[in-house]
Amino acid sequence: MDFRDTPEEASFRSDLRSWLAANLPADWATRDPKVGKYSPEESRPWSRKLFDAGYVGLTWPKVYGGQGAPYTYQGIYLEETARAGAPPHIGGIGLGMAGPTIIAHGTEEQKSRYLQPLLSAEEIWCQGFSEPGAGSDLAGARTRAVRDGDDYVVNGQKVWSSWAHIANWCILVVRTDPEAAKHRGLSYLIADMHSPGIEVRPLRQITGDPEFNEIFFTDVRVPVENRLGEEGEGWRVAMTTLLHERGTLGFALTAALEYAVGKLVKLARTPAAAGRRPADDPLVRDAVAQQWVDLQALRYTNYRSLTSLIKNGVPGPEGSVAKLHWSESNQRLTKLALSLEGLASQLDRDGAVWGGYWQYQQLRSRGNTIEAGTSEILRNIIAERVVGLPNSR
Amino acid sequence: MDFAFSAEQQMLRAAARDYLTDRYPFERVVEVADGELGSDPAAWPQLVELGWVGLSVPEGHGGAGMSFLDEVVLFEEAGRALLPAPYFATVGLALPALAAAAPAGGGTDTLLAGVLAGERTATLAWAEADGPVALVDVEAVSVTASRTPDGWALTGTKRFVPDLAAVSDVIVVARAEDGVGLWRVDLRAGTEGGADVGSEVAAAVAAAVGAAVGAAVVVPHSTMDRTRRLGDLVLAATPATLLVSPGQAKPVLEQVRLRALAALAGEAVGVAERCLEIAAEYTKTRQQFGRVIGTYQGVSHRIADIFVALQLARSLAYWAAWAVSVGAAEAPLACAAAKSAAGEAAVFAAENAIQAMGGIGFTWDHPLHRYYKRALGIDAFEGYGREHRADIAAALLDAPTVESPAPDTATGA
Repeated sequence: MDFRDTPEEASFRSDLRSWLAANLPADWATRDPKVGKYSPEESRPWSRKLFDAGYVGLTWPKVYGGQGAPYTYQGIYLEETARAGAPPHIGGIGLGMAGPTIIAHGTEEQKSRYLQPLLSAEEIWCQGFSEPGAGSDLAGARTRAVRDGDDYVVNGQKVWSSWAHIANWCILVVRTDPEAAKHRGLSYLIADMHSPGIEVRPLRQITGDPEFNEIFFTDVRVPVENRLGEEGEGWRVAMTTLLHERGTLGFALTAALEYAVGKLVKLARTPAAAGRRPADDPLVRDAVAQQWVDLQALRYTNYRSLTSLIKNGVPGPEGSVAKLHWSESNQRLTKLALSLEGLASQLDRDGAVWGGYWQYQQLRSRGNTIEAGTSEILRNIIAERVVGLPNSR
Repeated sequence: MDFAFSAEQQMLRAAARDYLTDRYPFERVVEVADGELGSDPAAWPQLVELGWVGLSVPEGHGGAGMSFLDEVVLFEEAGRALLPAPYFATVGLALPALAAAAPAGGGTDTLLAGVLAGERTATLAWAEADGPVALVDVEAVSVTASRTPDGWALTGTKRFVPDLAAVSDVIVVARAEDGVGLWRVDLRAGTEGGADVGSEVAAAVAAAVGAAVGAAVVVPHSTMDRTRRLGDLVLAATPATLLVSPGQAKPVLEQVRLRALAALAGEAVGVAERCLEIAAEYTKTRQQFGRVIGTYQGVSHRIADIFVALQLARSLAYWAAWAVSVGAAEAPLACAAAKSAAGEAAVFAAENAIQAMGGIGFTWDHPLHRYYKRALGIDAFEGYGREHRADIAAALLDAPTVESPAPDTATGA
């Protein structure tokens, strides 16, 4: 057991720091990380720059355009970019979900077609899993795909799709066999978002931002060659996607929480009304310290999970904790931060502290326990698959 | 970066679990716990034979020279089994003090060698009624140490000494003219040799407990956790030998404190893990309304929450153990985080296990309350969670600048 960087890791870290210092536009680091903080016009060239410097697809096999580096390098990358305040690669869905699924289940043609432009941010991906009637219960998806010659004809509706408004491709779970048992009638397609019959509508959230979209499919033709895995194997393929969503998430969550705790500490130390520091209130001190402990617990739980991934090829059971813990901790944090502002906490734009940063974060954090697996689903998974209690359904 | 125990450490854990499962099944723990001492006198020679005593003491001082990380594996297993022996007192508190004292010389004392040989067990006495609360509160120490023709004699009363009635020796934090130091008091020795010094005060102290001047009187308390009892130690010009010179106690106690916190975090993880297992086993089979109760989310989510708290605590406990083992600069914050989180996680685990199990978990005959009481004891020991969080808050909120409050792995420890 040793938490320090190996000489190779230390050198990678220091090169990355220098690269970020030289390449990150000076004013970016101080911008508030709201949705829309970076427009696609900024984010896409930045992603390309990261790609050209060899920082994208770090853990992907070299043959698919990656760097073939150990998982720790991805962790270092996320830590350092978060510390520098650098924006993420624009293709989060592609890098974290579509790409690993294509590597695991794609044909050689699919791999050579999709992976390289995904890494270089020339093509952006979105996700078509959830439906109005199938949220946590993904296997209940009803969007239909009917075989017609060399195409599937897709009809239905997907929801909660980030980036759909600018995406080139959509990873899409559809029902190809309505007669088969729920989990067996699904297939996994790659849909061209510029196909006729696709309509994308922004979905406004409680923050007021349209971060997600609805996608409507009306007689959309998707070539059969765009199917990932066999017909009827969609559930198994989708599980690969979700495994990767959770497997690679830990570092990003740690980086995000570290950023938030840093902001919280700064807010608590800043004199507010009558020159009093929130940090002089013993209850505030206790709560801030607890947030810091929560952060360290997330960080080292993630390290443990990563070590298990490196040594055994699968994340350890402790990994199932990360997203649940992060989301609930982040909700406590944003609520605490807002409470330090007094009645000024009610202003959300003009005259608001830090331009309404915490007001936005507090509202946005309510989605954390819903997106990418609700806390209830995650507790079911822990109870049933990790602790081994009987299935509740 | 590597966050896994080595193959050797995993073997050590497996061997420890086998031994403890075999030697201390729950019925045996209860038997010892409800006995006079709350501690099994037969345990000690065996623990020494197994190599559990002095694992992390440097070879130059007669130990095995292994890492504190190895020892934390044992603390975790001891917590899991509720090992009824003065293991924490001797290995978690006394040995670090003795090992720290050894190079300082002064040392004609034989306690370190005696403990390592399995002949002696020891604890540490620091708290006083109107004096120190935390281990490092040396400014508040009022138990006195005075020179005698033969050596030293101590006078005063120490409170809340862990496993006092179960050990052969006590390391006492006391104040001499030149400052606060550490002395050894042999609880098996007679009363000769100390009577001449400080006779008026000593006589009064001795009279108050009906003892002779020169005696060391152990006043055992009934303690919630019957396997780790607390006692008061009354010293009335009691003969003692010097371990750490007057004025030198604080840095030694700071090191002892970090180890104790990390060791307790390890124990707490073991306690929480056992509570999870007990609750999971029961809720997998217990039926109500025609269904296994583990299928009700009101029950299963409670179990999931125990699992979450356990994993988070475990990560922090191992971080703290590693930081202590390599002497990392982040060790004080890591230990504060680990002790606060693990102590609270153990209490949380026990309370939720009791609730998930319904009435049976609330009965005296069921194991859970034993774990609950150990958890409560760990949580209270050397500061509840909020006291450690106060230390963390001071580092985050009062230091002149805080840019990155997180440990910087880039620059190493």
